[in-house]
Amino acid sequence: MADLIDVAHGLDVETLRKDFPLLAQEVNGHPITYLDSAASSQRPHQVLDAMREYDETTHANVHRGVYRIAEEATHRFEAARVAVGRFIGAPNPSREILFSKNATEGLNLVANTWGRTHLHPGDSILLTEMEHHANIVPWQMLAEERELSIRWIPIDDDGALILDDLERLVDGVKLVGITCMSNVLGTLNPVGDIARVAHAAGAVVVADGAQSVPHLPTDVSTLGCDFLAFSAHKMLGPTGIGVLWGRDELLTPLPPFLGGGEMILDVRKEGFTPNDLPWRFEAGTPPITEAIGLGAAVEYLQAIGMESIRAHEISLTTYAMNTLAERFGDDIRIFGPKDPIQRGGVLSFAYRDIHPHDVSQILDQYGVCVRAGHHCAKPLMRRLGVNATARASFALYNNESDVDALADALAETGAFFG
Amino acid sequence: MAGLEDLYREIILDHYRSPRNRGELPSPPAQRVEGFNPLCGDEIVVTLEVNDGSVSDIKIGGTGCSISQSSASLMSAAVKGKPVTEVRDLIRTFKGMMSIHESTLPGKDSQDEADTEAGEAQLLDVDSLGELAALQGVVKFPVRIKCATLSWNTLAQGLDEAESETGPAGA
Repeated sequence: MADLIDVAHGLDVETLRKDFPLLAQEVNGHPITYLDSAASSQRPHQVLDAMREYDETTHANVHRGVYRIAEEATHRFEAARVAVGRFIGAPNPSREILFSKNATEGLNLVANTWGRTHLHPGDSILLTEMEHHANIVPWQMLAEERELSIRWIPIDDDGALILDDLERLVDGVKLVGITCMSNVLGTLNPVGDIARVAHAAGAVVVADGAQSVPHLPTDVSTLGCDFLAFSAHKMLGPTGIGVLWGRDELLTPLPPFLGGGEMILDVRKEGFTPNDLPWRFEAGTPPITEAIGLGAAVEYLQAIGMESIRAHEISLTTYAMNTLAERFGDDIRIFGPKDPIQRGGVLSFAYRDIHPHDVSQILDQYGVCVRAGHHCAKPLMRRLGVNATARASFALYNNESDVDALADALAETGAFFG
Repeated sequence: MAGLEDLYREIILDHYRSPRNRGELPSPPAQRVEGFNPLCGDEIVVTLEVNDGSVSDIKIGGTGCSISQSSASLMSAAVKGKPVTEVRDLIRTFKGMMSIHESTLPGKDSQDEADTEAGEAQLLDVDSLGELAALQGVVKFPVRIKCATLSWNTLAQGLDEAESETGPAGA
């Protein structure tokens, strides 16, 4: 796949796009312009083929049978775990990478295991105003049950966290929950800086990497957080599988999350003995085919290189922000940081006073797929003073033609509503 | 393919740009009900007064997309001054129109089941809806059906609450 990288000009997106079957289709007589990768990304045939090949040649339950294909299935499942671990720099991938259903389940796992072990009535949690509901509601549920209080790191008008008061906010806090990259604003948060202050105050840091891991180089050995959750389907992989990385020393003493098969060493009538890491947290038959697909997605991303992907997305975000500003001026308001270096390829916007649902409805007529809604971040929507936004988000397969198609369709939207 | 003109009929755009009966009635005495669309964050506030068994006044507040706002505006114009029994019939007919296609979708919300009797759909007298029939095209865009029915569900809740406080005859 080295030929996909044109060193002088960044990614060879035109060649790379051919790997994604869905991008070849038309919608409403227009070539599809897929700008919703922050919700779910498309899959290259390398991922689809790996899953099919596994299903057709190797499938059996893992960690069970002693026959050849069962051993091979187990081997490939565990190899995918290690591949994902290496992708994010996990020091001990065969123990620290837990497969979950998605990032949401990973965060719930932390709340239900680490949270239930360490958080007691009167304790405090610190979250940010820009969290996805997945990194808010599990803590609110626990807060209600355990009588915890929740504090919030506010954001400024450019969508950056206000950290001037961090030391006071974090004082006495047991856990800090922070997104690496906002799914609405694209803001890239200084996780390392926040983690240093949090750790000095004795708090554990849980990071939501659902938006960052698919688009930026990630190295948990230097990132600073103690737990990191993300989803396969936002990083060219399948739905139904996510990852929770946790520090070995934090995971080791924790009780199981769900009970059942796989997560036990022994069961007697009197009780059970839980399994070792990572299987203690993987009750029941795991998503095996999906793990194979995630492994293939990681391989695909690594072959292109996360640095190249990031550089491409910065360039495309810059082009998009400039194009939209030039063509629509004050009619468009893009939320979040002005500097593309400080954000990911996620552009939430308000276009005149046209409701985001109406915007995305008209865009759909031109084959342009964007998300309209509150993006599962209602506290942030309230902070921004809107009910909803329209959101265009990029991945490695998007190009400047996609941005132009968005701008052309927006112009049609403006004309339609007069 | 369903075209935009099916969804955004001129009368819908007119009610979106110039909503009728906009605002809130003082509550009390008016009944005040809020409706939410969790999908998009839209919210609607219906305030209504029921006197002598009729909806004597109604106002619409809140924010939403062109479909939810125009549907609410058209609804307010259609029910103002009408007897509660007629309004309930209208709600049933309107929701029937909105569920003809919805009822054929897999995974339809169970809360709407009461409105989607197979026979009822055939008996729908869409002509009786007048201007409201302009919203018929919404059913071709299933995601938007909840936008169109938001204000109607909210009104139905308001009528229920008004009756539970004063009895079926109104007062």
